[in-house]
Amino acid sequence: MSSRELILGRVRRALADVRPDDTPYEQAVPRGYLREHGDRIVEETVELLAENLADYRALVHRTDTDGLAGTIAGLLAAHGSSSVLVPPGLPQEWLAGTDAARVADRVESTPHELDQVDSVVTACALAIAETGTIVLDGSPDQGRRRITLVPDHHICVVRVPDQVVSSVPQALERLDPTRPLTWISGPSATSDIELDRVEGVHGPRTLEVVLVTGGGD
Amino acid sequence: MSGTFVGMPAFPKAAHEAVHNTTLRGNLRHATHTIRGKRAKAVTEVSDWAELREAGKRIKDHTLRHLDRYLVQLEESVTAAGGTVHWAADADEANRIVTYLVKATGESEVVKVKSMATQEIGLNEALEAEGIHAYETDLAELIVQLGKDRPSHILVPAIHRNRGEIRDIFAREMSEWGRPAPEGLTDTPAELAEAARLHLREKFLRAKVGVSGANFMVAETGTLVVVESEGNGRMCLTLPETLISVVGIEKIVPTWQDLEVFLQTLPRSSTAERMNPYTSTWTGTTDEDGPSTFHLVLIDNGRTDTLADEVGRQALRCIRCSACLNVCPVYERAGGHAYGSVYPGPIGAILSPQLRGTASEIDASLPYASSLCGACYEVCPVAIDIPEVLVHLRERVAQGGPATEKGNKVVLKPAKGHAAERAAMRAARWALSHPGALRTGQRLASRTRRLHPRTLPGPGKAWSASRDLPAVPAEPFRDWWQRTNGGRTNGGKQEGTK
Repeated sequence: MSSRELILGRVRRALADVRPDDTPYEQAVPRGYLREHGDRIVEETVELLAENLADYRALVHRTDTDGLAGTIAGLLAAHGSSSVLVPPGLPQEWLAGTDAARVADRVESTPHELDQVDSVVTACALAIAETGTIVLDGSPDQGRRRITLVPDHHICVVRVPDQVVSSVPQALERLDPTRPLTWISGPSATSDIELDRVEGVHGPRTLEVVLVTGGGD
Repeated sequence: MSGTFVGMPAFPKAAHEAVHNTTLRGNLRHATHTIRGKRAKAVTEVSDWAELREAGKRIKDHTLRHLDRYLVQLEESVTAAGGTVHWAADADEANRIVTYLVKATGESEVVKVKSMATQEIGLNEALEAEGIHAYETDLAELIVQLGKDRPSHILVPAIHRNRGEIRDIFAREMSEWGRPAPEGLTDTPAELAEAARLHLREKFLRAKVGVSGANFMVAETGTLVVVESEGNGRMCLTLPETLISVVGIEKIVPTWQDLEVFLQTLPRSSTAERMNPYTSTWTGTTDEDGPSTFHLVLIDNGRTDTLADEVGRQALRCIRCSACLNVCPVYERAGGHAYGSVYPGPIGAILSPQLRGTASEIDASLPYASSLCGACYEVCPVAIDIPEVLVHLRERVAQGGPATEKGNKVVLKPAKGHAAERAAMRAARWALSHPGALRTGQRLASRTRRLHPRTLPGPGKAWSASRDLPAVPAEPFRDWWQRTNGGRTNGGKQEGTK
């Protein structure tokens, strides 16, 4: 007998005392919990996102479409970055203001090559206000998972308010589980030494989130 | 379940030594008190905590009662997404499968995401025996591995170490494993974390094989989920060419939507955060992003035996948040090592004797490693009634009875060393049903109380070794009640009492 059959057989015998129950799953679990916490207008939800991002030590910046290229150029310059990783679908104009050398997100790049790049700029799939989380789903404007991991400086652009949801339940509704997802809440951190929080172990030590409004269009 | 710490004495003996280690107690007290205060705050931030807790409990219970169906569904969806599913009945089989898979890649080292399941089966030791080096990449696991130590907490395995001890371990051991610690390393957490970053980065960047566990597996979509803080998980999950995930069969949730419950309750319960810094989800393999080969090893290793127990099966709801450890007065004093298992604390006291059986001295002692205060049940985000299971397992240890071992129904004999307990319980039953004898006994005890020893002789010695004997009152309660008319006369005091 294969281990598969062995284990499934053990499971069935273990459940012999359980009364059969054919309640469909949709009805088996009470979902009385909230879809979002608190009553907010759209601007307040964006404000909450900014607060919670900052609370977990992400650096939050605001601009509009016209100011975006200048903001990104300024952040790269302030960080002293001479090279920047660029996902294939990142809008060209976002990097129009910077002289930093563009490094393409290529499948054949080795981790060592990525480790030489100073910064990475990406878009995101959405952001969650209540938890201060940005979610990347590997779309062309976000690139492969590793490009937001190996460089030490990540600049992520969030279009507000249309990419902002209030809560975790609202986020899952909008995300596609077949894509690889990375949820990011603040920079890399550890509390393993006497439960003192230290930012930056293996992931980027600096996370900058640019909240951009479409007012300039 | 293997992974019993070899030569481990029963809990009372191990705890007896631990409670006299003042450094350990200081480290533990600081850590558990810090995190329990933060957790309480994080939980009050969500007004629907009770509903989330109930939903989490019901999702897990539903999954367990249809586990065969969901396992098959998970296998189908993982396979459809490009992964390969393997089944392992016990630790040895799981280790053989992983060893075979690593050897098939031609590699002799792997990087690991912190995982309770791989610790439970002793994977690192099994790989080492086959010439494969497994590098732990979680900072706390690294501290434990470099220190040739054992984990003592589910979430923060090096909780028993303070910064000075960690500095010494890094300075002494890092060069043996790879990049040495920087010269003049001090004991500030930031410097220690930086040393770990540099030491591990060279391993991440060259690794071809990653090994992980998973916090959740979604049957509907075949998605696996890992929550973490440092980014070492992301490194292991995305940089290597081959990813091998070793996961207990109870980690399934039926639907994608179910994650909305656990991604709210797990971070708040474990690290007291609104959300952990990094959560990764992956469904099979993705072209040109992350590993091109993905293996999922599903392990039983005592879980189906636990499932067969009507009272004890609720332990399989556990999402390994470790909130129960941080509130437990026994864990806080004894530390994680005393539990003799990778699962310490209250959850370990019910999980280990179920996964491994109660035959060994340490496993038979674990259901007693509790004051039954109930704090663990209060904080559990999936409402596991740990005290109920502890009492149930005490009965099994003391009286024997039906159980399931490796899928077979067996009848256990009472464990050795519990004869005195059974005799005492029988005597108590007799005395309590003979009021005259009880009264005489109580009066006799009161009158001779100045002669009582501070510890019990004979078989009672073990009990009083770690406890103060309760003082016998100068007068039995029932005599006092009669004499004072229930406290209405004489102020309830008897001459001679203070």
